Amino acid sequence: MNELLKNLTEAVGVASNENEIRRLIRDLIVDHVDEWHIDAMGNLLALKKGTGASPLRVLVDAHMDEVGLMITDVDSNGTFKFEGVGGFNDRTLLGKVVQVGPDKIIGVIGARPVHLLKADQRNSVVKMDAMRIDIGAKNKDAVNGKVKVGDYAAFVTEYEELGKTAVGKAFDNRAGCAALIELLRARPFPFDLYASFSVQEEVGLRGAQVAAYGINPDAAFVLECTPAYDLPNEDDVSPNVALGKGPAIYVMDGVTIQDPRLVAHVTRTAAANGIPFQIRQPGGGGTNTAVIQRTRGGIPAATIAVPGRHAHTPTMMINLDDYANVVKLAEAALRGLTPQIIKRN
Amino acid sequence: MDTFKLLKTLTETGAPSGYEEQIAPVVQELWEPFVDTISVDRVGSLIAVKNGRASEPRPRLLLAAHMDEIGLMVTQIVEHNGNGFLRVTNVGGVDRRQVYAQLVTVHGRKEMHGVIGNLPPHLLPEDRRDKPYGYEDLVIDLGLSMAEVEANVSIGDFVSFRQPLRKLQGKRVSGKALDNRASVAAVTICLEYLQGRSHDWDVVAVATAQEETRLLGAFTSPFSQRPDAAVALDVTFGKGPGASDENTFDLGSGPVLDIGPNVHPGIYKALKDAAESLEMSVSTGTHSRYSGTDAFGLQIARDGIPTGLVGIPLRYMHTMVESLDMKDVERTGRLLGEFITHLDADFIANITAAMMEEEKA
Repeated sequence: MNELLKNLTEAVGVASNENEIRRLIRDLIVDHVDEWHIDAMGNLLALKKGTGASPLRVLVDAHMDEVGLMITDVDSNGTFKFEGVGGFNDRTLLGKVVQVGPDKIIGVIGARPVHLLKADQRNSVVKMDAMRIDIGAKNKDAVNGKVKVGDYAAFVTEYEELGKTAVGKAFDNRAGCAALIELLRARPFPFDLYASFSVQEEVGLRGAQVAAYGINPDAAFVLECTPAYDLPNEDDVSPNVALGKGPAIYVMDGVTIQDPRLVAHVTRTAAANGIPFQIRQPGGGGTNTAVIQRTRGGIPAATIAVPGRHAHTPTMMINLDDYANVVKLAEAALRGLTPQIIKRN
Repeated sequence: MDTFKLLKTLTETGAPSGYEEQIAPVVQELWEPFVDTISVDRVGSLIAVKNGRASEPRPRLLLAAHMDEIGLMVTQIVEHNGNGFLRVTNVGGVDRRQVYAQLVTVHGRKEMHGVIGNLPPHLLPEDRRDKPYGYEDLVIDLGLSMAEVEANVSIGDFVSFRQPLRKLQGKRVSGKALDNRASVAAVTICLEYLQGRSHDWDVVAVATAQEETRLLGAFTSPFSQRPDAAVALDVTFGKGPGASDENTFDLGSGPVLDIGPNVHPGIYKALKDAAESLEMSVSTGTHSRYSGTDAFGLQIARDGIPTGLVGIPLRYMHTMVESLDMKDVERTGRLLGEFITHLDADFIANITAAMMEEEKA
């Protein structure tokens, strides 16, 4: 059992309410870094000093927030209206268990039973605004402040491993966080390595932008968990990656052309070290690379991702070999990074 | 007996209709200490008899609580990129709007855990984008290669949903298969209630098979057991989000005693009297045609059996977050026990005679 992935995915950290995951990660890295601090947005930033052999400052980013819900109103019957914090497919929410607020009050999302539906209702998607979170309170009075408007809610899934795959919530992006933690625990790099466990990626890449400004690195890598749509389907469903085929290397997504020199460096490194990899099919989507790249006068940046099936659901799935290879590839790419690679003449 | 533990043990066992061999031993272990005989019948129902104290031949009351649950069945093994995925169909009235992103157990050559996935709507053919996911697109993902899947899964294998029972506020709990393990728990509580009390009638406690598909156990178990009267126990609709209209019941408001075509008025009245003697609050439920429960089968077995129906209010029926108040389960068990202690030699004659009396408003 990968305890790091278990602890990180089971912790709660909905975008803009990253308190619990931030404290957990701080505890996991504090003995392995030289400095750490929290910035104005809530990003957890850490410095792992290098050997001094290289003058570079390198940033590795992994967002620590996850998609979740926010309580917006309480009904007289003691159930709660909510909105999505981050992108949701409404179908993901029906019949699911959530944990609400700092006390992790268990709630469930139900709907009118199928027996009582008319045919047209059975064939329509239930929209989020018609759903309620039910914590088992008899009525509004019985809620008694246990859940309040503005509380955040996250899915509840116990991490489990099915052979080479792992099932859990929030692999997007606790898989990236776990990989970054492993890098911080490795022997020193030739250069100072700055880590950003950034906030609010799921609501518009907000945290990484200020983290990159504050750190002002020469180059940056973003560690992510990218959606894998490798389910039975005859059509091309790009952008796509597949589980078990190695780290997914971004070249271009909906908002970014990744730094081509860094992409080439990463793929060369993978080939030289016998690490399997796949190029994520170009297409939509976006990662923190988009905002890091555009910070200050521009920062060369590239994304390496763990492929994850069933993204933004309580039942995500990753391949543990892919994860291990992301750690290996990121570490090798960092150790091989020289000023020449990112130099422009 | 700790009701939460009892419900947890019962609900977390996966046993879709037709695959009761998973749950029958669990129920047997719970009931065995309280009964005189116990065995599984030829269609998979579990039948336990607790002898009464009247001299033989004793009248018999059959309690029916179905132990099967809704589930899925493998229809196809599909390869993609070297991985094996399962297409499935429903066993019983599964709400397919709710199956996406759920945890499952596939009961193949071995038990395998998986999740239910689907391509996101924007990657589906245009005519399917605005609809709930259907079985043509949903897949079970075991995270395994095609070779591993083929070695362990066959078409026709059962699939059960998987979700731990969790505590909500107060005495409310939420999980899967509370429909109808809540009633199995109530029968367990009833049998325990009877330990310290004397009753004339034999009690035939039946955990019926295949209620969710075609009420199989409800038709077959009264044939073999020849009861003089019967009570079916099942969950009924709880008032809650999306279900606040008539004929729904507040969680925690007590057992629901049904009136309608599937119920003998004499049994209804006797259950009501038992509630009164316990000073227990109960509600009256109605079904105007058929109850959708085991009472439908029990009533017309052999030459007809006077049948009653007791419901436990439940929110979100046929989902993985079915919710109820444990007090209702406990009350249902005590109510049945009390009802049984009042059954005497003249009970059937009396309720039959009452049918010739002029009805009073």
